[in-house]
Formats: sequence, structure tokens, C-alpha cells
Amino acid sequence: MSLATATAPESAAAAAAPAGRRQGLFRAAWRHGRTKVGVVLVGLVVLTAALGPFLSPYSPTELVGIPNRTDVEGTLFGTDGIGRDVLSRFLHGGYTLITIAVSAALVGVVVGAAIGVVAGYRRGWPDEAIMRTNDMVLAFPQLVLALLVMSIIGPQVWLIILLIGVSHAARVARVAREATLKVVEQDFVKSAEAIGVPGWRIMAGEILPNITSPLLVELGLRITYSVGLIATLSFLGMGLQPPTADWGLMINENRIAITVQPWSVVLPVAAVALLTIGANLITDGLSRASIGIDRGVEK
Amino acid sequence: MTTSTDTTQQDERAALDVAGLTVVGRPSDVEIIHDVTLRVARGDILGLVGESGSGKTTLGLALLAHCKRATEITAGSIALSGAALDPGDAAAVRRMRGRRVAYIPQSPASALNPALRLGTQLREALHDSGADGGEATDAEAAARRRAVAGDPQERVREVLREVALPDDDAFLRRYPHQLSGGQQQRVAIAMAFIGCPDLIVLDEPTTGLDVTTQAHVLQTIRHMTREYGTAGVYISHDMAVVADLADEIAVMYRGEVVERGPADRLLGDPQHPYTVQLLRAVPILKTAGHTAPEPAGEDGPLLRVRGLRAGYGRATVLSGIDLDLARGQCVALLGESGSGKTTLSRSLVGLHHQFTGEVVFDGDPLAPSSYRRTAEQRRRVQYIFQNPYEALNPRKRVRDLILRPYTHLAGQPQDPDAVVATALERAALPASYGERFPDQLSGGERQRVSIARAIATRPDLLICDEITSALDVSVQAEIVELLRNLQSDGMALLFVTHNIALVSNIAQHVAVLNKGEIVEYGDVGTVMSAPTHPYTQALIADTPDFELSFGESPLHRPATKSAPGGD
Repeated sequence: MSLATATAPESAAAAAAPAGRRQGLFRAAWRHGRTKVGVVLVGLVVLTAALGPFLSPYSPTELVGIPNRTDVEGTLFGTDGIGRDVLSRFLHGGYTLITIAVSAALVGVVVGAAIGVVAGYRRGWPDEAIMRTNDMVLAFPQLVLALLVMSIIGPQVWLIILLIGVSHAARVARVAREATLKVVEQDFVKSAEAIGVPGWRIMAGEILPNITSPLLVELGLRITYSVGLIATLSFLGMGLQPPTADWGLMINENRIAITVQPWSVVLPVAAVALLTIGANLITDGLSRASIGIDRGVEK
Repeated sequence: MTTSTDTTQQDERAALDVAGLTVVGRPSDVEIIHDVTLRVARGDILGLVGESGSGKTTLGLALLAHCKRATEITAGSIALSGAALDPGDAAAVRRMRGRRVAYIPQSPASALNPALRLGTQLREALHDSGADGGEATDAEAAARRRAVAGDPQERVREVLREVALPDDDAFLRRYPHQLSGGQQQRVAIAMAFIGCPDLIVLDEPTTGLDVTTQAHVLQTIRHMTREYGTAGVYISHDMAVVADLADEIAVMYRGEVVERGPADRLLGDPQHPYTVQLLRAVPILKTAGHTAPEPAGEDGPLLRVRGLRAGYGRATVLSGIDLDLARGQCVALLGESGSGKTTLSRSLVGLHHQFTGEVVFDGDPLAPSSYRRTAEQRRRVQYIFQNPYEALNPRKRVRDLILRPYTHLAGQPQDPDAVVATALERAALPASYGERFPDQLSGGERQRVSIARAIATRPDLLICDEITSALDVSVQAEIVELLRNLQSDGMALLFVTHNIALVSNIAQHVAVLNKGEIVEYGDVGTVMSAPTHPYTQALIADTPDFELSFGESPLHRPATKSAPGGD
């Protein structure tokens, strides 16, 4: 997650370069304690997912002992329902989930922003057509839609990303359209129209840079939702397929033996929960910073 | 007035006594207002003037012991009718507000609760006053308390009558959005006076109103403070209004009161250089002494408008507009809000498409939509927006903002730096501003950037839509000076405004717009000295009178001279 790198150097020289300015929001968000906690939590989970495969003692599919035991020699958290090492599966199971979650959220925010900006700027009948179609997509429960398509085509990674992305896009489009409506009323957009700047350049150059704050917040939120959705899909058997190591799948496979061997459920649940809480804390810090709460008086 | 009375009497009568008040902002510990000492007697109005950012509003709110987020009163004392107000004691502060001290904010539309009927809101503002009339010893105060102690419904009607609004049940059942801006502001005044407070803080209550409404509201305020013996603190950046209304004036500059004194003395003989600068910046309604403009050249007008008719949907906003604008001339379009002046200027620049009629620019007709006009036409007609805080894309540097229209309309420049530098220089800004972002500029500087952006393409016609109305008077004077210089360089100006005093100082011709029609059109000298239409006469009569006795305003001088100490 790029948010983890937002610990930006706190140089006082304001507005040195465009990149330095973009970080203004992150730097302001960093002042909130909640953002720091969020970054630490997300960082922990992401590190686990990224470095886990290199640190795991066994291969995720290797049988190391008697199933559902917590006291197997040479393992930290024991074995799962088939006899594989719980820790190794946990360490391997994160990066697919996080990769899918981030790419699905990116697809959703990019497509949603494009739809929302076009609808908000064009107004009139294109707006109506786009937003009513959007409403129809919204009316489908995300999960049911995903299950439906996936049961026809079969579970594929790209399909998961696409489906989750599309269902996010409809929601992001609503937010992007509202943000756009506020910006198009401002005079700098009219000023560009008065000199005849083409519509697509107004959307890309004048409007988009001014709605980045809500979109960033949406990105954080959508990553969280994606994690939940993917975990749910895996749990329902429509996500990643066994024997892949995946946190959602682990919960599904081992929930029956939770009283005998709690670790194989508790570890992935805790990781998903920490990621969710962390991402939401960062999101919250970003939105507070973008509104300017607690900014104080400076000169 | 206060200073002229005897000291002992002053102590008895002072409704507000502020000593050494300091407010700081956190976390940087900037002193927003520093060591302010004020005293206002009952029935008097203190005018608090200064440019935006001078701490007027912070001081006004501090008088109610209210601090905005991240600000704090660190020193000084506030006493209302002798009773000290302790900002730390939340319960005591709550008891004071609405009873001893009331506040009238700038925008009545956002001050009134849109979901509540007027009667409900007014009754809400009427606390159990009279019950805590601690030292209401003198007869005047006792009478005021009695007025409040009676039937609340009766009191609501009484105070509405006093602000010249209807007091029947139908009116009390109305919602704020069913009233005009002036009526809303009078309801806000009624709400402030309903509890008979000792002090009323008025934070630019007429800034959003047109002159006729402003005159009514000011009259109401003056009358109410006299009637109730209430002290008023009137915050404004408009010296002309304050000169009309206040008994005493305090001038604020960078968080300090630099000069304080009776209105007559301060206006007639200002001591502090900043006061002098502020007074000089006020445009004065010039009704005589205009030189007749030279007749237009033989090559015909630059812009010719005939029979223009514009509207939104089925509603017609403008009809029968005829206008001529010659090179190097300034035509002012004068009208109140809702008169259609912005619609007209936007039609001319191609932002409002629903119009019919003939618009000819330099011999060629202009298409309604800017997208249908040739690049050359778009380059030669430029528009400057009213609100400099909205007209610049906050995510772009000044340099890119200025280059955008140039590269789009005139092609990639050979030397972009030179284009930016020249435009900034003509708008009286240093070339180094090119690297800044809009939020690093003040309102006046932003408007200069807007002007620089418009003149970078070297247009022949500049349409200025109320470009000074969002700015302080001192900044306004500088912008007007700048426009005059551009005009003497041969640029034609269409100057849209509601400020008649400004028109009399900048334009050669004036078109008075009322309800979508031009009711009076002629050269400025004629219209100002002998207005024929009753609407123009009323406009001139309602403009606050302001005479400078200590010297001529630079705005009265010929265009070529620059303002002394203007920056």
C-alpha cells in the first residue's frame, strides 16, 4: 500500500515541487495520532503478507504432521485440518488477498471517478443516462452479483478483480459526481470554457485535480471493502480455490475445528481485522486533513 | 462622543469596557489581536474598521467570549455594564449571551435556521430576561427589562414592528427562505434586539446587500440602538458605511487598534498613516467635474450590441439591450443584484448561450457559445470573474494559470517565461509570483493574477464582472488604478458593478440596468449630475455620503498618476 510511504519528510519548505504539494494532505494527516496508528497497523499486515513467503518454515501445501493439532513438533501454531503448517499457510496467504484487494479498489476508483466526472460535468441527458444505469448496478447486491457471474464463468483471479472493481465503481461514481458538481460551479471551470478549452481537458486538468481528496478517501475505504468481499467470497467457495493458501479460504476450511485448533482461524481473522482497522484509521486521518479539522492557526 | 463626556459619567454609562484584550492562535501562538482596549457608551455605535485579516471578526466574537477553533483569549478583560465576563466560566457566558450581548452575523441567510418558522426562531431568542436583572438600577435599564418580562408573543410582535416588518401571524409562520436578503437581515436584527441586550456586535451585516436595502438596514440599526440605549459595535471594511453610522471609530490594523476617536475627528483629521490610506481608498460618488468623453473614432465601435434579449428557460432576464463600446473606453454596467448584469456580461463572453439579438465585435458577429467562436475572437475578448477565490484553479501554479489561455489561443509561446513575466508586470505583480499557488496569495493578489491571465493574450476587450466587490476598499482602489492604466494602453473595458461611486470614478459611459432593461444610458458626467430616471436618482440618493475634508482622494485624480502610499 502506497499509504505506508506517506510518512513524508516534514520539510517546512512549502510548495517546493508539485510532488511536495501532493504530500501536503498526507503531511497534514500524519499529524493526527490515528493516522500514525493506522499506518503502523497496515504496515504490519502488509509486511507480513509481503515478506511472509520468504520466512515461512514450510511450503504452504506440505503435510507436516497429524491434522488439527496445536502441539506438533517444529511448528509454532500447529497444523490445520489436513496436516499443513498453520503459520506457513498464514504467511503465504496474505499477498494474494492484498494484491487482489488493492487492484480491485484501484479499478473501482479509476473507473468510478471517470464515470462520475463525466456525468457531473456533462449534466443533462448524459448525466441521467449514466447515473440511472449506475443505479441499476447499485441495486444488485455486490455479493449476489459476484456469486452469479462466478458460478457461470468459474472462479478466476482476474474475474474477482473485475467484479469487485465494477461493483466499487458504481459507488465511487456517486461520490465523484457529487464532488464534481461542487467544482464545476466554480469560476475557474467557466474561465476555461470561456476560452474554449475542450471538455475532456477541462475534466482532466481542472476538475480531476480538485476532487483528489474524496477520491483518496474512497480508495482507502474500497481497499477495506475489497478485503472483506474477497474473504467472504473465499469463505463461500467462490474466491480462490484450494489448495491455494489464502486467509479467507483458511477461515472457511478450518472453522469446523475452531475449538480444537483455533489458530488457523484466529490468525487470518486477526490479520484481516487489523488491516481493516488500520486502513480506516488512515482514511479517517486523510479526510480530517482534507476538511481541515484541527488545523489550528499558523502564520 | 465618549471621550467628550466627563470621566465619572463615562464609567456609569459604559456598556462595554474592554482592556488589554489579546487573542492568540494555536499551535503557532500568533497574536491575532493584541492588547485591544475599547469602551462604548450606551446608545452609541463604535465602528470597527480594517482590512480583512486585521482581526475585526476575532475581536467581535471575543466580545461574546467566543473563540473560534484553535484560538484563545490569553490576556485582558471584558466588562459588560460593569459586570466582568469570564471566558472560562461557560455557564456564566451562556447566561450573558442573548441577554447582555447579542451578535448579528454577516450572512443572514446562513444565520437563520432554514427549518424553523420565524416566530419559533424569534421566541427561541427571547430568554427569561429580566429574571437576572442584577444591577438594573437605573430607570432606563429597568424599563428595558420590563419590556422583556411580558408576554413573549407580544414581545416578538413588538420587536418586528420596530424593525419595520409585518407582525401578523402569517408572517410569523413564514420560513427564512421566503424572505428577501434585506428582510432576513432585519429578522436577524430583531432576534438580536429581542432580549434588550446591553451590547450588540454587528459583523458586516450589510456587506451582502445592495445600497437601497443597506440604507434601510442601517437606518433600522441606528434607530434601534438609540431607542434601547444599546451599545453597538459595527464591524466593517467599508469606511463610507461606518462614517454614516458610527459615533466613534476604531481602526484596526494587523490585530491592533491603531487609532480610535470620535467619528468626526477621525474622518476630518486622521492621525495614523493607515487611517489616511484607508480613507483615501474609498471611492467617492462624484456628481460633478467629469470631462465629456471624446467622441468615438470614425472606424465604428469595437463592440456593438443591438436588441439583445436573454433568459433562462422561459424566464426573460434581459430585453432590448443596446450597447456601444469604443476602443480605449470604459463603459460601466450599473445595477443591483438580480438586474441581469452578470447574464449580460456572460452572454457577451460566450458563457450564457440563451440569447438573441445582434452582438458584433469588430465587424464580425459573435456566436452565442464560446466554442463556436474563432480562437482569435476568444483571444480578443477576455473575462474577469467576480470572486478571485473561485476563479483560479487551486491546484495550478500562477505560471501555468497565465500560460493556459495563451497556449490555447495563441499557440505555444517562444519564450513562456517572458509571457508570464510581462503579464504579471502589467498586473503590478513581481515575476517571482509565477511559482506560487493561489492559496499563497491574498484576495487582491489573486484578482491581479486573474487580470494577468486575462491580459496575457493581449485582448482588445476586457469584461470585468464585479471584480472588486469581494475585496477590501484599499485593495479595490489599487485594482481600479490598474484597470485605468490598462485602459490608457488602449484596452476597452466593460465594467460591471453595483457600486455607483466606483462607476463615477472609472467609466466614461454608464448604462444603468434595472430589471433587465437599460433605463439610463449616457456619459458619466451627465448621468451622475443630472440623472433622469427615478431609479438612478434613488441609487445616487441611497449611496452612503462620504466627504473627505482633509484632501482629495487619488481616485479623483487623472488616470495617469499613481496612488501615493497605495501599497
